[in-house]
Amino acid sequence: MLDADFFRRWMTATAASVDREAERLTALDSPIGDADHGSNLQRGFRAVAATLEKEAPETPGAVLMLAGRQLISTVGGASGPLYGTLLRRTGKALGDAAEVDQQELARALRTGVDAVMQLGGAAPGDKTMIDTLVPAVDALGGSFAAARTAAEEGALSTTPLQARKGRASYLGERSIGHQDPGATSSALLIAALAETAGE
Amino acid sequence: MSDVPGTTGGGEKLVGIVLVSHSAAVAASVAELATGLAGGGTTAPVAPAGGIEGGGFGTSSELISAAAAAVDRGAGVAVLADLGSAVLTVKALLAEGDELPAGTRLVDAPFVEGAVAAVVTASTGADLAAVEAAAADAYGYRKV
Repeated sequence: MLDADFFRRWMTATAASVDREAERLTALDSPIGDADHGSNLQRGFRAVAATLEKEAPETPGAVLMLAGRQLISTVGGASGPLYGTLLRRTGKALGDAAEVDQQELARALRTGVDAVMQLGGAAPGDKTMIDTLVPAVDALGGSFAAARTAAEEGALSTTPLQARKGRASYLGERSIGHQDPGATSSALLIAALAETAGE
Repeated sequence: MSDVPGTTGGGEKLVGIVLVSHSAAVAASVAELATGLAGGGTTAPVAPAGGIEGGGFGTSSELISAAAAAVDRGAGVAVLADLGSAVLTVKALLAEGDELPAGTRLVDAPFVEGAVAAVVTASTGADLAAVEAAAADAYGYRKV
């Protein structure tokens, strides 16, 4: 079973991973975006980690709700409301249970991913974070390790795609050949989940 | 967050307008332009929410919330946003339910033309639905 401490450690592990990879995320965002994805997300997840050090939400849902709120307030780019909505809707779907199992998390994450698709209007194949998150959530029904593998493959799958959402879509065919920064950071989020689960 | 000079609401309840841009200068200038084009007399309260706190391009949920609170006279608030994170942040705040004043709506409109239409219409004392319709109609002003 996964308790509030597990979810807090997941968020802390994500913050550490985003810290390590911030330069790479920004580099990926340079040719097809506005070169701020790494620094924006780093600011957001540092705020998440700092808040979770001070406050200790008692349920998994409350941890994700608080983390999502921090991202919406602090990121400053589109990834703020997108990741914020992902975590808040997932947290809301978990309700006030003190512990949840992997299947409940998988179902809640699917609710979160659906909310992100609704907010941003993106579908699979549009070269966005959705291309990582949808296969990851599908695989999470199996194992955390399978979700990580699916997420990493999903991020890589964005390279040959033409962007249809966000600033990168203005580039048309010139967006082909670049791995999507949002899909890449989403893979970090899922990898941190697997790491926290010890897989 | 302060209103643009000369845009304090009158005695009647006017719809407030919030202009969200990635750029503080763009938001403030469009607010000033729309207010100027609304003419003399009472003009609707307008507040810019541009850029991120401390300067720089981006979107700040705090600036948006503060701007909406500043122009809320109880008749609703129409929010216009430029693109990307500005639009998504407003939508995310609206989805939260309690981050923006009751009767706040994101208006689907071109930023500059829609802002002018919204402020002019709101300044006549029109309700939120009329302000929203006027701003959205601005998509139809063909230029060639």
